[in-house]
Amino acid sequence: MVKVNIPFMQTGTLVVGNRLLDKEDRTVQAWRDRPSSLTHGHRACQGCAEALAARWVLDTAMDATGGKLMVANATGCLEVFSTLYPESAWKIPWIHSLFANSASVATGIAAVNHARGRDDIRVIAQGGDGGTADIGLACLSGMFERNDDVLYVCYDNQGYMNTGAQRSSATPPATRTATTPAVGRDPGAPFGQGKSVPKIAMAHEIPYVATASVADIRDLERKVRTAMSHHGARYLHVLVTCPLGWGTKSCDSIKMARLAVRCGLFPLFEAEYGEVTDVTPIRDRVPVEEYLKPQRRFAHLFGPHGDEVALERIRQMAERNIRQYNLLGEEVAA
Amino acid sequence: MPELLEGSQSVARAVAMCRPDVVCAYPISPQTHIVEALAGMVRTGKLKHCDYINVESEYAAMSVSIGASAAGGRVYTATASQGLLYMTEAIYNASGLGLPIVMTVANRALGGPINIWNDQSDSLSQRDSGWLQLFAADNQEALDLHILAYRVAEELSVPVMVCMDGFVLTHASDVVEMPTQEQVDKFLPPFTPRQALSIEHPGSIGMMAGPEIFTETKYLAHRTMLSARGVIEKASSEFEAQFGRVAGQLVRPYGDTRADDAEHRPAQSDEIVVVAMGSVLGTLQAVLPVLRAEGINIQLLGIGSYRPFPNQRLVQAVGEAKRVVVIDRAIQLGIGGVLSDDVQRALGSKPVTVDSVVAGLGGRPITEASLEDVLRRAAKGELEDLTFMDLNQEVVGEAA
Repeated sequence: MVKVNIPFMQTGTLVVGNRLLDKEDRTVQAWRDRPSSLTHGHRACQGCAEALAARWVLDTAMDATGGKLMVANATGCLEVFSTLYPESAWKIPWIHSLFANSASVATGIAAVNHARGRDDIRVIAQGGDGGTADIGLACLSGMFERNDDVLYVCYDNQGYMNTGAQRSSATPPATRTATTPAVGRDPGAPFGQGKSVPKIAMAHEIPYVATASVADIRDLERKVRTAMSHHGARYLHVLVTCPLGWGTKSCDSIKMARLAVRCGLFPLFEAEYGEVTDVTPIRDRVPVEEYLKPQRRFAHLFGPHGDEVALERIRQMAERNIRQYNLLGEEVAA
Repeated sequence: MPELLEGSQSVARAVAMCRPDVVCAYPISPQTHIVEALAGMVRTGKLKHCDYINVESEYAAMSVSIGASAAGGRVYTATASQGLLYMTEAIYNASGLGLPIVMTVANRALGGPINIWNDQSDSLSQRDSGWLQLFAADNQEALDLHILAYRVAEELSVPVMVCMDGFVLTHASDVVEMPTQEQVDKFLPPFTPRQALSIEHPGSIGMMAGPEIFTETKYLAHRTMLSARGVIEKASSEFEAQFGRVAGQLVRPYGDTRADDAEHRPAQSDEIVVVAMGSVLGTLQAVLPVLRAEGINIQLLGIGSYRPFPNQRLVQAVGEAKRVVVIDRAIQLGIGGVLSDDVQRALGSKPVTVDSVVAGLGGRPITEASLEDVLRRAAKGELEDLTFMDLNQEVVGEAA
């Protein structure tokens, strides 16, 4: 995939496709005939960024595969809000089996397609961060190490939002969740816990790993296309705002996902065979407070009884990301 | 042509003749020889158009099977014991989704304490999972039942476990009649799924069912299970016509010889009926003539299908008998034998005493001598409701 920087793009218009551009230069979402893999009528909350990201990812993958796509979905919000019998919001071949096994189910689908000489039919497995980082990690790792021809997409809203916003191993430190309440000496989720599934994926040396944000549709679509241009195991980790779990305004979902990137807490990068190949530099860096403050899950960090120590540790996390991935695009001495 | 084969090898060859699209399993004793053989056949090209997937757990093995079956493939897996428990969540899902997966269970005890040897507590723990459970008494039946299982599974769109006693059958060499590929192809047409993932006809599988529809879903699954008896019997008679031997009887009466089996008549009121499942039937067969020579009127019935349970066939076969002895290879703690519960329920209001004999747990050999002893006591009416055969009283601290 060729990465094209489109000039004169205004901040805040990354999501909207420009209908004056040629079709191939527009986002799939700006097409009159977009596949609408996840169509209207589902029961997601207002401002659900997972619903947006899932449609964007799958519509792009549908285009990239010429409509030859099958999807295995883990249990979670995405499954629950889209397929309450007898209604389904999916316009693609779609299966939900269990919480932990979407990667394995996808492997099975890919195996049958392969055995029948139909490698042109591609398979995506998808789930939330709980189904990916926690309960589904063994199946995911198995799919990775066998290098099965599956793209796994994690929609990371940083907690078990379907069951009432409990902590997952993708919940950032200091986050207030239903199981890490903002009380006691170290309120919220503990520092020093949690894991990076993109890094775990990279450790499997699979063909392609990328992180993306729901705030940048062009970057997201390009990464989906790159993923679908590879065969073997691939992993895409998309940060998706959850207004309910994060305590943010429904209208701010894109803004919050963008601030997460701009403050350095959610680095956007790509990796092939275990090595980082590209990094999306931060434009207009903001302090972490600008990202954290609008979220009620971090409210305990601010105000007269705020937690400056925790805030400083979060600032350090952003600094580490910026250093590690060179997110400010500074020249590195040869 | 008769061949001397290890049980696992003959099952693997039978499975290969069923032309699976995907074989996926995680190693656990005593099932390993079956899947090793299949992996070899895929690798050498003897089994064509088939993917063998090495997975990281039984949970993944069943999950890959679910995906492959939902994509319209014919799928095979095998497990035992802890592995069966580890995949339990996916087991219920496979039946709930109506996926005709066939799985060998090389029956083995459940820990703790860990024990790798044979009893039947693993598959019996899944009796309410919505899977059919066919039990093999010997290696010929084991290989035949796999061919029959695909036929039944795909007709009903329900998964089937073929249960064969671990080690006793899987690792024992026996003379078996291997079918030809032509015979199997004739009996088992290519798989046409009821529903499958399809790019031409996109649909959603595995949707959430609310309170307004869940009961109906389970009712229909129940009805499918009830209809399975007829489907198995029909497949069984067609199997006999095609292969010239019997497989898949719901209840198998044992005569002194195989030829006598067909001559079976319901038991008389002065007869004792012994009911058992799996390889112990072979030992019981050897015991019958001894006891009959002593003047004990005794009949032997093998349960060939544990799920669906053959209530009606059992009632017919038990006839007028007043005493039924069930040899149970699994226990419900605090209650008694598992199979005897099903037998008791099937016989319902019949004026019959059901003695439960728990035997052969965790690989304890069930000897002819012990069976003779326990059945002699049964004939005299000396057995209690629940008997633990060969229990070492010194170990349990109840020495007389």
